[in-house]
Amino acid sequence: MQGTLELRWHGRGGQGAKTAALLLADVAFKTGQYVQGFPEYGPERMGAPITAFNRISPEPIRVHSNIYRPDYVIVVDETLLHTVHVTEGLKEEGAIIINTPKTEEEIRPLLRGYKGRVVTIDARAISERTLGKNFPNTPMLAAAVAVCRVMDKQAFIDDMEASFRHKFAKKPEVIEGNMLALQQAFEAVE
Amino acid sequence: MRTDIDKINEQSPYTDLTEGLQLFAGGTSRKFLTGEWRTDTPVWHFDKCKQCLLCTPTCPDVCIPVVDGKRKGFDYDHCKGCGICAKVCPFGAIEMKEGVNP
Amino acid sequence: MSTGKSRRERMSGNEAVAYAIRQVDPDVMPAFPITPSTEIPQMVSSYIANGEVSTEFIPVESEHSAMSAAIGSEAAGARTMTATSSAGLALMWEELLLAASNRLPIVLTLVNRTLSGPININCDHSDGMGARDTGWIQIYSENNQEAYDNYIQAFPIAEAAGVHLPVMVCQDGFITSHAVENIELLEDEDVKMFVGDYDPEEFLLNPGSPVSVGPYSVSSYAMEAKKLQEEAMEHAREAVLAVAERFEELSGRKYGFFEEYRTDDADYIMLIMGSAAGTAKAAVDELREQGKKAGVLKLRVFRPFPEKELAQALANCKAAAIMDRCESYNGNCGPLGMEVPAGLYRNKIQIETVNYIYGLAGRDFTTDHVKEIFAELEEIADGKREPVQHRYIGLRG
Repeated sequence: MQGTLELRWHGRGGQGAKTAALLLADVAFKTGQYVQGFPEYGPERMGAPITAFNRISPEPIRVHSNIYRPDYVIVVDETLLHTVHVTEGLKEEGAIIINTPKTEEEIRPLLRGYKGRVVTIDARAISERTLGKNFPNTPMLAAAVAVCRVMDKQAFIDDMEASFRHKFAKKPEVIEGNMLALQQAFEAVE
Repeated sequence: MRTDIDKINEQSPYTDLTEGLQLFAGGTSRKFLTGEWRTDTPVWHFDKCKQCLLCTPTCPDVCIPVVDGKRKGFDYDHCKGCGICAKVCPFGAIEMKEGVNP
Repeated sequence: MSTGKSRRERMSGNEAVAYAIRQVDPDVMPAFPITPSTEIPQMVSSYIANGEVSTEFIPVESEHSAMSAAIGSEAAGARTMTATSSAGLALMWEELLLAASNRLPIVLTLVNRTLSGPININCDHSDGMGARDTGWIQIYSENNQEAYDNYIQAFPIAEAAGVHLPVMVCQDGFITSHAVENIELLEDEDVKMFVGDYDPEEFLLNPGSPVSVGPYSVSSYAMEAKKLQEEAMEHAREAVLAVAERFEELSGRKYGFFEEYRTDDADYIMLIMGSAAGTAKAAVDELREQGKKAGVLKLRVFRPFPEKELAQALANCKAAAIMDRCESYNGNCGPLGMEVPAGLYRNKIQIETVNYIYGLAGRDFTTDHVKEIFAELEEIADGKREPVQHRYIGLRG
């Protein structure tokens, strides 16, 4: 479908890739677009490779299949690069965003010949710095929004703050760390 | 308007039946005179009866009425003549006799 | 008067149904959890805990008990609903037939999942199709919006005078149940007004008006009772359309037995149900750009089966693909592959048809598959290929 942005997430069970895809759908919805956010389901097993998807479009979306020719791929766990063909079908004019402390040059040999743009972000370090724990999906969500240009930074930050205030109404102490994580990740890939 | 189920019988066309064959009445078994099925009939010997009331709860068709703690005569409209009451009576106060109205 | 307002939101298919349940606020919900419908009783339980609905939730020990409790509760006079999937529906089997034959307007939201084996949690229609002759009205949904809209329409259809039959509202497991998509929600008061209060004429807990439900029937009555039940299914046709018309006035969204997408001048039509209909429409748009006269006929109401209307809708095409997301293991064809051609034959309409089996146990169905099928139909119509019935698509050969 023309004008439709298609994203594929690769992660491991328990890392929150599915949640990130659903949050991205939420964020894009608020820009007035049509959205889809869905995981590829199977038995839910901690650590097993999982895939999740997003479609974002100015027109209503009717397709209900997985995504095979994504514009963007987001890899929440770099160890997947060895076992999963994450760049399969990825458009050369798109990009792959990878959670890794390594540089683009170090990581590219693992991408099975992908020629397009590679964005690396150390989501683990950002998460540990801001949240005190490894929750890579929060910074990866911000990186996806920035790289895929779903919305501008301020609108995204304001929107996420509002939804965190709602989501964590009983745990307001976690909001600040999450907001920092989003901000730092957004700036890291801008 | 409730369907008058007394007007439904085995000759009724299907359009006259109720939805799901629901019966719009309570205690309809009273209208079904199972006494017609009887070939043997229990006869109550009043003089031998001690009013122990063992017979009453064993009757599968509730045909031994009890009033003020005492059993009364059989409800022959519904008694099928199964003979259980005669079997349980310790005093020989119930006798099974051949025939519908011996 | 309706408020005429709607609210744009985004939510998953399961959330959409749970939201509709909150708005309808049924009296009783007996349910037992099973993937992928578990979220529905879970969310309803939250609504109950938060005091947002007055629904009585009955936690039961199995789906057989869930449907048994639903039958008891509906017969008692309470508006009753439940939710299930796959093996859960299979375990309800005996009770499904009783719910229908006792003419109880229960609403069941079915999140379609394959029946074992091999054991698998993903979508196909084998659960719903397995219950196709249980006497339930069956409505299939393409997306979260339709799952929501169909759910709200289910109550007035089920409870319509002359119908009094249970309704199964189906959506595709995971594909729509767990996918977040845009949706337009109605106002609570509009939904409440649309479904109205439940006011059955006859019910068990009605002092002074005794009624017996589900009596034993001797042979001299049982056949008549079954015919009467079949006529109720006939009456459901009018009820489905009347309720859809009223729903359109409220929501602006149009529903019927089926949706015809670009079929007016179509030489080739794909007849399909559920979420894959959306994929088929997207592929048809691409084919139309290439000048191919392709169209989609999305079946919404599978029971009562709109045999005549479907036959008429297919009458002017050269070839039709009849899509079954279910294998019948009958050595012949899938359920739609059986009933649609029977309708064509009865109405003396002679077109080429091919019955395709697709998407079993979560096998993805893509726009490429749709295009492949339309290419085959074209070759068949042009005499370049003999039609082969009961074909699989998306299968490793």
